[in-house]
Amino acid sequence: MHLLTVITFLPTVGALALLLLRGDDHVWIRRLALTTAASEFALSLLLIPGVPVGAAGYRLEEVHAWISNPQINYHLGVDGISLFLVVLTTFLTPIAMLASWKSICVRVKEFFVMLLVLETGVIGVFLSLDLFLFFLFWEVMLLPMYFLIGIWGHEHRIYASLKFVLYTMAGSILMLVGIVWLHYLALQLDVDTFDLQVIQSLLQNGQIALRPSAEMVLFGAFFLAFAIKVPLFPLHTWLPDAHVEAPTAGSIILAGVLLKMGTYGMLRFCLPLFPDAARKFAPLIAILAIIGILYGALVAMVQPNLKKLVAYSSVSHLGFVVLGIFAFNAISIQGAVYQMLSHGISTGALFLLVGMLYDRRHTFLIREYGGLATPMPRLAAFFLFVALSSLGLPMLNGFVGEFLILLGTYQQHWLWASFAAAGVVFSAVYLLWSYQRVFFGEVTQETNRTLPDLSVREKWILLTMAAVILWMGVGSTMFTRRFEASCQNVLDRMSRAGAYSAGRTQVPETTVSHTPARLPTKRALERSGKR
Amino acid sequence: MPLLNYLWIIPALPLLGAAVNGLAGRNFPKRWVNIIGVGSTGLSFAAALELGREFSQLSADQIPWARSYFTWIAAGTFRAAFELQIDQLTVVMLLVVTGVGWLIHIYSTGYMAHEGGYYRFFAYLNLFMFFMLILVMAANYPLLFVGWEGVGLSSYLLIGFYFLRKSAADAGKKAFIVNRIGDFGFMLAMFLIFRAFGSLDFTTVFSNAQNMHADALGELGLATIICLLLFTGAVGKSAQIPLYVWLPDAMEGPTPVSALIHAATMVTAGVYVVARSHVLFLHAPTAMLVVAVVGCATAFFAATIGLVQTDIKKVLAYSTVSQLGYMFLACGVGSFTAGLFHLMTHAFFKALLFLAAGSVIHAMGGEQDMRKMGGLRRQIPWTYWAMLMATLAIAGAPGFSGFFSKDAILMHAFESETAGQWLYLLGLVSALLTAFYMFRLMFLTFHGAPRYDQHHVHVHESPRSMLVPLVVLAVLSVAGGWVAAPAFFGGADLFAAFLGPVMGNAAHAESAVPGGNSRELTLAAIAVGVSVTGFLLAWWFYLRGKDVLERLARSFRGVYTLLVNKYYVDEIYDAVIVRPLVWFATRVLWNLVDEGAIDGSVNGVARGTQAIGERVRRVQSGNTRSYAAWVVVGAVLVIGLLLWPLLKPALGMVH
Repeated sequence: MHLLTVITFLPTVGALALLLLRGDDHVWIRRLALTTAASEFALSLLLIPGVPVGAAGYRLEEVHAWISNPQINYHLGVDGISLFLVVLTTFLTPIAMLASWKSICVRVKEFFVMLLVLETGVIGVFLSLDLFLFFLFWEVMLLPMYFLIGIWGHEHRIYASLKFVLYTMAGSILMLVGIVWLHYLALQLDVDTFDLQVIQSLLQNGQIALRPSAEMVLFGAFFLAFAIKVPLFPLHTWLPDAHVEAPTAGSIILAGVLLKMGTYGMLRFCLPLFPDAARKFAPLIAILAIIGILYGALVAMVQPNLKKLVAYSSVSHLGFVVLGIFAFNAISIQGAVYQMLSHGISTGALFLLVGMLYDRRHTFLIREYGGLATPMPRLAAFFLFVALSSLGLPMLNGFVGEFLILLGTYQQHWLWASFAAAGVVFSAVYLLWSYQRVFFGEVTQETNRTLPDLSVREKWILLTMAAVILWMGVGSTMFTRRFEASCQNVLDRMSRAGAYSAGRTQVPETTVSHTPARLPTKRALERSGKR
Repeated sequence: MPLLNYLWIIPALPLLGAAVNGLAGRNFPKRWVNIIGVGSTGLSFAAALELGREFSQLSADQIPWARSYFTWIAAGTFRAAFELQIDQLTVVMLLVVTGVGWLIHIYSTGYMAHEGGYYRFFAYLNLFMFFMLILVMAANYPLLFVGWEGVGLSSYLLIGFYFLRKSAADAGKKAFIVNRIGDFGFMLAMFLIFRAFGSLDFTTVFSNAQNMHADALGELGLATIICLLLFTGAVGKSAQIPLYVWLPDAMEGPTPVSALIHAATMVTAGVYVVARSHVLFLHAPTAMLVVAVVGCATAFFAATIGLVQTDIKKVLAYSTVSQLGYMFLACGVGSFTAGLFHLMTHAFFKALLFLAAGSVIHAMGGEQDMRKMGGLRRQIPWTYWAMLMATLAIAGAPGFSGFFSKDAILMHAFESETAGQWLYLLGLVSALLTAFYMFRLMFLTFHGAPRYDQHHVHVHESPRSMLVPLVVLAVLSVAGGWVAAPAFFGGADLFAAFLGPVMGNAAHAESAVPGGNSRELTLAAIAVGVSVTGFLLAWWFYLRGKDVLERLARSFRGVYTLLVNKYYVDEIYDAVIVRPLVWFATRVLWNLVDEGAIDGSVNGVARGTQAIGERVRRVQSGNTRSYAAWVVVGAVLVIGLLLWPLLKPALGMVH
């Protein structure tokens, strides 16, 4: 059963099917798109039993030779870390579709095609175990996002979409250099491969002996690409523009999933492949992350634009994730993964709500609102609930990740955690302050007095999100137990690599025993034998 | 023993009430909302009573009685379970919270009868009960923190209940944010405890802490830092200096909320946490000193502000801050049981004071300014008498509950060696101030000539639903202290004896008072004398001759202005913290760094690239001759480059 392939490409198939529909048949376009996305979500749930509790390695792997020279494989696999990121993607895509049910009226077909192609790209990134394939999906996902912002965005959409693409491309070119370099290094050992696991084991057992400077450059190449995506301070300025200009669906996917590709990459590539460099850079990165936490929160606090406020809050929240990853602690890394998921839900929900306000009033400016709790009590209640989850109220989802990150980080570096914890205060400030200005008090603008409360569709979207928020806040172990082993695995690889680097001068006895007996390696070795 | 196996029922009942009323209450008739809201809390109280009965039959080694329900968070070696526990301390808190809480729920049915959002009010109130019960029943710090933050949320919702009023919304936000500053300390305390003991479960932490050396690391050792951080959390929640500023503003909430949350229960959570963690605190003498000093200073400081407030609820708010200071003073000098005892009696009389004040406000049709009251005792006798009982209790009239608890605190402050007699003296002065401002409140409100427009304000006694809780609380305020009456009063300290197993040495150390009865009696007499002085001063100022007061205010204009403006603390915070922070975030971080430096350079790179492209584009002129020229130039360069190895020696010979 090629479950992973099916999950990766089902949205593309749906997109192709959409192309067959008539462009003005909006009803069926929406229905078909939603059906595809919903079945995609249902399918992705099948992954969960596929990743057993306590199992660290990749599951449901699929390896097929794809390009023979250089040896590039179509290699997919899922582990605890990517599992829920995929599910998050498949969950948020139908939500994003429902959010744009009414608000997207031009080029409807193209819009949903883009969303579905985007879904394939994102899922491909999370499931690829071949560096080249990973890079391919990484770039593929850029295009639909570019169009989503550039076509269906708001006033300054062209500027924002270009900025988004150029920023990301700048990073990914570096990553491409890094990937090619790694391939070249493997080739030196007569192992022609882009396979993540093979390269990883070559690095780990010291067959590819990197000089510290080379390791740092390689680490930097990957890290910069990921840091831009996260985005880590000071590489974040594409984010507020992209969010403000993107349509609601774009923002939901962008904040919900795309940013996590950066932190996922750090966890998947930077730490296990280049552990010594990661350790060396960790203090610098942690400081940037902490600055991001406080800076993002403070700048969010003074935004006059509600959507920009949420965007900057993402900078702050993702700073926590990066900090958790680079504290190299089992607790903090699990917290980081949890925070990725819960930020996807909370911030996705915040963008949904902001989008709903925009649908009604066509503005994001806080001063245009005020007293909205009176005309729309339900929306106000949901907004408060989501804001509370975002500011980390215990028993809602945001708390678990933040708490674990800080707890774990504190065990390693108490000073880092102490500074970062101040972000907890500021998040309450910016969320409650903006909430008050939008929803409390008397209605300030006459037009706002008659705004309709939630429609049935909106209510159900929000109820779903609220249920997940509560569930993730109370039943966190249902999630953490599935990625606990994988997170530990990242750390194990780092520490073992450290041990190896101490004895790298010794020639490893066998090559085969260290590399997993897997298709590409074997073939590579055979070929080297032929020579 | 059935209920002991179902501890979760106690918090679950109000949660259920909150859920039903909150989600569906909008369409319910008031009667249903009442039944659900009051009923769930009442059942919770009944369950707590039953639990207390069953608890008393447990043997000592079964305590703390804990029940774990599910693992809430687990990662690495960290594990936080949803685990509830019962011990003597919890039983006391449970009974206070559910008992007083239930009375206030009943009162609210009368007080809020004509308010909009009735169902919402009861949903929030029940939600508060849920979190407060989690707070006192939690068996580990993270779960306690759930309750801790949860009561903060409920407080936010209830203070901002009249959210159309900007002041109410502001006050709610302020309460939450100031509390968060304390929570920051609380969280760091948890991280450090986990680092030190590898667990956040009470049993593990405290049994490990017991074996710690009394701060082996010196003055600022591990225990000291943990305790100071925990105390930071307590300072926020229990409104002590410097984070007390939210509590007076919190009076924007409906009066029953002030009674329940901002007097009787939530604000005492900080005291509870300190008492709960007494094992740690006993290992941290420096932290204890800080607790005592901050508590004592707050007791005095808040009392001085209370002297000149004219809003009846504001007086009580500052009084609460002051009384909480007493509780911390008790904890700080090592007498945790005295602190808890005062917590309990304070819950009775302060809840009563607020409810009675609410009854006054109700009677006056919403008026809160005491300058517009006067002579109300005839019109609302029930309220008057109930409030008088509470006033006597808080002022420390012999035999009333507050007398015993405050006396115990002052006595322990006197005995302690932490800061000489300063704490005792300051505590004594605060007691004088307390008696003064409380009787001032009574005289201004109930005595003298009416100062309101008698044609427009129709003063009426409150409905029975409001009076019954007043009477019950009045009885408790009067008699509630006898559970720990000192020996010279012919009583026995049952309270300390009951808490003994939890508070351990702390309780035993207290019961043995050096100097014996005679010293205790002397101290009690002094305290009574001080209170009587306060009463007499208030009587002299406010009943006998008004001009005395005016002359006084004139001659001490500076002090008076300072007090009326609450030492300008809010203004100072605004000028020193809030405004600079907003300015810094806007001008420096956003405009300068974000838009200027970072985005400026990003756009600069873009513009630079564009400019270069613009220049280079010119080369592509479409002019054949210029292309030919470029071809020649290129060819020369390429050939030159190829011939370079040959040319180099030749060129070298020229030199």
